[in-house]
Amino acid sequence: MNSRTSTDDTDTAQADFDSLAIAAARIRGRVIKLSHQARTPHLGSSLSFVELLVYLYWNFLKISPEIAKDPARDRFVLSKGHGITTLYAVLAERGFFSPELFEDYAQAGSPLPEHPSPRCVPGIEAATGSLGHGLSVATGIALASKMNVIPYGVVTLLSDGECNEGSTWEAALLAPAHNLNNLVAIVDFNKWQATGRSSEVTALEPLEEKFESFGWNSIRIDGHDFRQIKSGLATAKKSDKPFAIIADTVKGKGIKMMEDDNNWHYRIPSKEEVDSAFEELGINSL
Amino acid sequence: MRNAFADEITQIAKSDPSVVLLSGDIGNRLFDKYKESNPERFVNCGVAEANMVTMSSGLAMSGMKPVAYTIASFLIYRAYEQIRVDLSYHDAAVLLVGVGGGLSYASNGSTHHTLEDIALMRSLPNMQVICAGDPLEVRAATKAFFNDPKPTYLRIGKKGEAPVHQKAIDDFEIGKSICLKRGQSVALLATGNMLPNCSSVSDELEGHGISSSLYSFHTVKPLEKECLEEIFAGHEYVITVEEHGRLGGFGSAVAEWLASQKQPRARLLTLGTPDKFLLYTGNQEEARKKCGLDKAGLLEQITDFIGST
Repeated sequence: MNSRTSTDDTDTAQADFDSLAIAAARIRGRVIKLSHQARTPHLGSSLSFVELLVYLYWNFLKISPEIAKDPARDRFVLSKGHGITTLYAVLAERGFFSPELFEDYAQAGSPLPEHPSPRCVPGIEAATGSLGHGLSVATGIALASKMNVIPYGVVTLLSDGECNEGSTWEAALLAPAHNLNNLVAIVDFNKWQATGRSSEVTALEPLEEKFESFGWNSIRIDGHDFRQIKSGLATAKKSDKPFAIIADTVKGKGIKMMEDDNNWHYRIPSKEEVDSAFEELGINSL
Repeated sequence: MRNAFADEITQIAKSDPSVVLLSGDIGNRLFDKYKESNPERFVNCGVAEANMVTMSSGLAMSGMKPVAYTIASFLIYRAYEQIRVDLSYHDAAVLLVGVGGGLSYASNGSTHHTLEDIALMRSLPNMQVICAGDPLEVRAATKAFFNDPKPTYLRIGKKGEAPVHQKAIDDFEIGKSICLKRGQSVALLATGNMLPNCSSVSDELEGHGISSSLYSFHTVKPLEKECLEEIFAGHEYVITVEEHGRLGGFGSAVAEWLASQKQPRARLLTLGTPDKFLLYTGNQEEARKKCGLDKAGLLEQITDFIGST
């Protein structure tokens, strides 16, 4: 399968997408504020998958604070652990933990480290930060669903740079052999890795076809367009194989001065830059 | 030992539906009976150890009891970062079974030797390290894991090893050594597949007029410190023996403990392989001879040590 997503969206009102966009702006504001506050890097990487995570947690995954330990919950594994502030922000917005925890994010004694530790706060399924682990963890979780006969879905989100790791492709080879149609891998394809263009560092493209040649179904979407995210995940849910969503994204998305500028892999925003970003996002406070 | 493991895991999986056995594309025919009775809970992960280890963590997080089995050198060295992050860091209850530990695959060359694995594995937080001394210890250790699942590395030999213990070890406990023989002067502390040679050496020492105790220290981590206190207080010489480098293994663990003791009566000798790759073509017995771990080599080093003191 090599289909394009449909933008037909008769069953969801534009108002719903507008509300998701407001949530996305709040998440971006939180992520930028945390980077400034704790002087932590990876801001550009954290901004490229905001819409994907917002759609997953607001509209797709069967997961909430009340069922955070339910064996039948859907699972999300953030394989690109360096983008954890986005997941922290989403989990807090969805009520998994209090936003007050952000006050000492990444400081001594905080339950919110710069990369997540195991079970550090409710909603964290796996401690990531070392790249190339998420797809294998998710494959194991998805396989357990089949063995235990407990139906749930597993979604993992990878960076494009992470597709350099051999272990990612070991998992990609195994999952179709076990018909893991409850497994979805989203690649946040923001076209940059730490020190260069990801398609120049390794021959990543054609990424969609790579997954298909490994036995997956796949689709390519605009990872910032809620309609396409919705359509892509709906297609994934009906797939008879593991499903890869190659999401074209922009590193630093949402803040013009950061967009597609790889300096923001490591740069820390100043107070003035945070203020300017908040203004651009149309938010006053968090 | 591997046949004992295959039989034991087959029996356990029959009564525990959460057991899942993962293999790194080895054990041809070895797991036929397991697969007959539990076809849906056997996963050949292919020649992809990193994914096998991390996937087993995902299984453990989701209510399964995974056992990941492959050749020890590939399991530990290839997938060490995955073991550290996904098992040790997550405290994921996975049993890693490394077959062919030490010089079991001597004739295959250093790519297949496992002489640093104990050092690597015992340095990981949350990790238990067990080196089985004979097929009966393999069975008992496998059972013991399922009684209280925690991240565990079980290092076993290959096939055809004769049992040292006379019968099934019903009172086996992880972290509790087994005393096979009590003597006065020398205490031989064997771990893993050095147990049979140490048993023979203990008998031969009698012929030299030297009374020896023999212990199987199947568990390197957690180290049984209380027993060590008794052993060092009750003997003049303590000899650790392992088919592993002298750096960082069982002997090092005992020496680390000993360094903080006030008045150890006994002197310690740690025997293992030298700090170099074994560039020698030969089978396990020949390789052991080259490293001084055959019976004659052990006996000579032990009597020299006693004589020199």
